[in-house]
Amino acid sequence: MITSAIIPKPLARLPWRLIFLVASIAGFGLLVLFSAAGGSVQPWALKQAIIFSVFLAIAIGMSWVKESTIKAVTFPLYGATLIMLIGVEALGFVSKGAQRWLELGPIRLQPSEFMKPAIVLTLARFYELVPVGEIRKWRAIWPALLLLGVPAFLILVQPDLGTCIMVGLCGVTVMFLAGLPWWIFVSPAAAVGVAAPIVYSMMHGYQRKRIDVFLNPESDPLGAGYHISQSKIAIGSGGIWGKGFLQGSQSHLDYLPEGHTDFVFATMAEEWGLVGGVLLICAFALVIRWGMSVSANARTRFSQLAAAGLSATIFFYVSINLMMVMGLAPVVGVPLPLVSFGGSAVMTVMLCLGLLMALERQQRTTSSLG
Amino acid sequence: MSKPVRLTTAHQSITFSRRMLVLGSAQAGVGALLIGRLGWLSIAQNQKYQLLSESNRVQLIPVPPRRGWIIDRNGKPIAINRASFRVDIIPQQLTDGPKVVAELSKLLTLPPDEVDRISKELEHSRGFQPVSVADNIPYEQYAAITVRLPELAGVAASRGFTRYYPGGSSVGQLVGYVGAANEKEYEAEDKNPLLLVPGVKIGKEGLEKTLEQTLRGVPGGQRVEVTARGKLVKELDPKPDRSGGTVQLTIDADLHEYAARRIGDQSCSVVVLDVTNGDILAMPSMPSFNPNNFSDGISTNEWKMLSGDDHLPLVDKALESLYPSGSTIKPSMAMALLNAGIDRKQRVNCTGSYPLGNHVFHCDQRHGPVDMDAAVVKSCDIYFYEMCRRVGAEHLAPMVRSMGFGEKFDLPFDNQRYGTVPDPEWMLRKYHRQWQTYDTINMSIGQGMVLINPLQLAVMASRLATGKRVMPRLMKNKPVAPQAQLEVDEDHLNFIHNAMAGVVDHGTAAGAKLPLDGIQMAGKTGTAQTHNLAAHERGNYTASNWKLRDHSLFMAFVPFDKPQYAAAAIVEHGGFGAAVAAPLIRDTITFLYDKQKALAALDTFEQSIGGPLEERVARKTAAWRQANGLPPLPAEKA
Repeated sequence: MITSAIIPKPLARLPWRLIFLVASIAGFGLLVLFSAAGGSVQPWALKQAIIFSVFLAIAIGMSWVKESTIKAVTFPLYGATLIMLIGVEALGFVSKGAQRWLELGPIRLQPSEFMKPAIVLTLARFYELVPVGEIRKWRAIWPALLLLGVPAFLILVQPDLGTCIMVGLCGVTVMFLAGLPWWIFVSPAAAVGVAAPIVYSMMHGYQRKRIDVFLNPESDPLGAGYHISQSKIAIGSGGIWGKGFLQGSQSHLDYLPEGHTDFVFATMAEEWGLVGGVLLICAFALVIRWGMSVSANARTRFSQLAAAGLSATIFFYVSINLMMVMGLAPVVGVPLPLVSFGGSAVMTVMLCLGLLMALERQQRTTSSLG
Repeated sequence: MSKPVRLTTAHQSITFSRRMLVLGSAQAGVGALLIGRLGWLSIAQNQKYQLLSESNRVQLIPVPPRRGWIIDRNGKPIAINRASFRVDIIPQQLTDGPKVVAELSKLLTLPPDEVDRISKELEHSRGFQPVSVADNIPYEQYAAITVRLPELAGVAASRGFTRYYPGGSSVGQLVGYVGAANEKEYEAEDKNPLLLVPGVKIGKEGLEKTLEQTLRGVPGGQRVEVTARGKLVKELDPKPDRSGGTVQLTIDADLHEYAARRIGDQSCSVVVLDVTNGDILAMPSMPSFNPNNFSDGISTNEWKMLSGDDHLPLVDKALESLYPSGSTIKPSMAMALLNAGIDRKQRVNCTGSYPLGNHVFHCDQRHGPVDMDAAVVKSCDIYFYEMCRRVGAEHLAPMVRSMGFGEKFDLPFDNQRYGTVPDPEWMLRKYHRQWQTYDTINMSIGQGMVLINPLQLAVMASRLATGKRVMPRLMKNKPVAPQAQLEVDEDHLNFIHNAMAGVVDHGTAAGAKLPLDGIQMAGKTGTAQTHNLAAHERGNYTASNWKLRDHSLFMAFVPFDKPQYAAAAIVEHGGFGAAVAAPLIRDTITFLYDKQKALAALDTFEQSIGGPLEERVARKTAAWRQANGLPPLPAEKA
């Protein structure tokens, strides 16, 4: 907290350390995008800078929203997102093609992105409403499964496996923290082991192939395994100190596909090496730790669960993307937030951070009775 | 807990904190995993990925090395490279094949044969392999193609080198030829990218093939940085190529070419050795193909003509063809008889026929009583029938073998055939029957199962000349093999030298005396039967029964009293040994001592058979094309 007579009070009360951290990550991301474009702000860096600034402003604006307001809009927001998801599905059905977004004038809206924070808030709200003694009862479980399952299913059939997994993991995290019995989490894990082959057989061809290639990327080094192979080459060849800014051959000679979106971390690691990679991971870890501390310090159950769930959203974004890029997880199309080019991930993460900042402000401004 | 405890807010708070701890630890664990993985990739596996990244980035366009020369013992070129311009088609980049081929054949005035070949090769090409359109084209044509390249998609015009053999067809069988690698050769070399470069030729036959590793050299490369889509970004430092090594042969190119020309239109091979060190001075096999034509890619018609020829131009007769040795085996037999204790003064009465069981063996004349000297000089068969029968095959075969029969020599050729020297044990092993006396009779005059090639015949001459185990040598840089003493007596050796000198002086080869003062040749003729003809049929040949004629053999060494050179010739279906093979050796050996005299003799000889080699080959080709209903070839480009 910056306390100075010169700085107006509202500004001084912003969580500047977090904002600084997030801006650093995004700034570093802009450098990587600048390099990925061959040393040019076009076509990515400039656009990304604008998107980030806008959403940072929105997030800061959101920090003044009261917890009660958040609670009030939670269910309507969830409902609206669900309707949009169904709308997307219907639109896709009409146009006979996969569809993930709604065209609303100039804005292209991906409702599945909204679903990530929405599911967290909804479940947090739900478990706040569940009486303390009921938490281990079936009543506390099935509505949550329904709340989570319906959107997850809708997203899966879009098809968007990455987002589906994200939404599922975020929801499960909130349920876990809410104190549901262990068996709820252990037995499905066992069930997944059993069901995996069945799910696999029901998957779309391209989804199945991604898993095949994950399990054995060298099986198809020029085809579907190409992404993972080239990404590992980019990261591995960077070494400790990297090849230097603008010196990455994998990205500049187009060997690395999606070097500015999903595989931006590989572009970064090739030029900045292990050092850049560790710094970036640590920066994200600090952001997540900040979010978790908001949860730990929260005074209401809703803000406890919501803050932890929102932090988990950011965590899953980062870790799934990094695992995917480094060959530890199948390529499921999850971008690296704040670094990958594109508005959706920035929007989701900034929404999460905005909500977290709002919850954090409540802790400082209102009494425990508030 | 049988009965659920009543959960309170305090419980819930504890549960939450505990689970936050679990979640936090899990997150920290994942973070550690990610950093560990990052470290593993960028530190432990850094080298591997750096290599992969470099091989992505840098592509090597191979620059073919210049092929090493093949030179003769005096440094005269046998195979060299000539700068040339060439045109290829890269099938992968070809969009309109027929149009491009038509355009090219107009620009290059390609003969229809070639157009056929190109179209056929384009049909069978696998995309990666360039199809040679024309090699060795004049600069004007090269320039004409270069300016039209934008309209000719898939055509590549480049400068390169063509293999050139100054000796033409006379060295064909010796050096073999070069050509573009085929798919099998490409696979066999682990898909060496060099083999795909247009204009790169590899040895296909003969020395060009067996000495490939020495001659090829190390390709250089133009290193370029390319994008994933194959776009060239920039050129990096080139890697220089290293020319192939020069190979010096023991061959005397002039002598070799002389012998080849002196063979004339016969189907024949001549071998000349230096007996002091085994150096092969000449080893032509004629008729032959012209390796210069092969290095451009040969047309189907030319191939058909060569493979249909009954004079076998595609066979290296010096090493690959096996013939009965005929009477040339007699001096070696004589050595064996002497070692077995036969008195050389003892006579055998030759009545012209030699009955054995139901069969009667013949001699070509009625020689009367002959001793060993007369038997060699006059080539009396009856003497050898009788004496060899007395001694037995098991005492003859070792001597014959030690003279080089059936022996494999360490020479850079993959097509050597060694022939056989039969003996009782071999007969049992190979034909599962007992050795019979008539086998000894047949063997005594080099018929039956005795098979040798011309090189072995020359080796025998050199071993008879020196009494030492002379080993032929072709590579100048190879040390001379130590010559072990053979199991022959000095006295026996002198006897056989005199007897063989007698063959040339007053015996069967009296017509082949050297036209040189003070240098006397020692030799032995041979006539190898190829068919069982009745006596009256012999010597009564016409062109139509060429294939029925006997092979004509001759081996010799000079000077007879102080041997320096040995030579041998086998003329397929040449008839009587003395008539064809001996004069051929006479002129070839004359060339070693007096080039003027030898060339004059060659000139007279070539006049008598219709002009020099090139003219005769051209006439033969024209006749063949006419006979096969093909249009005559266009006049040679200037």
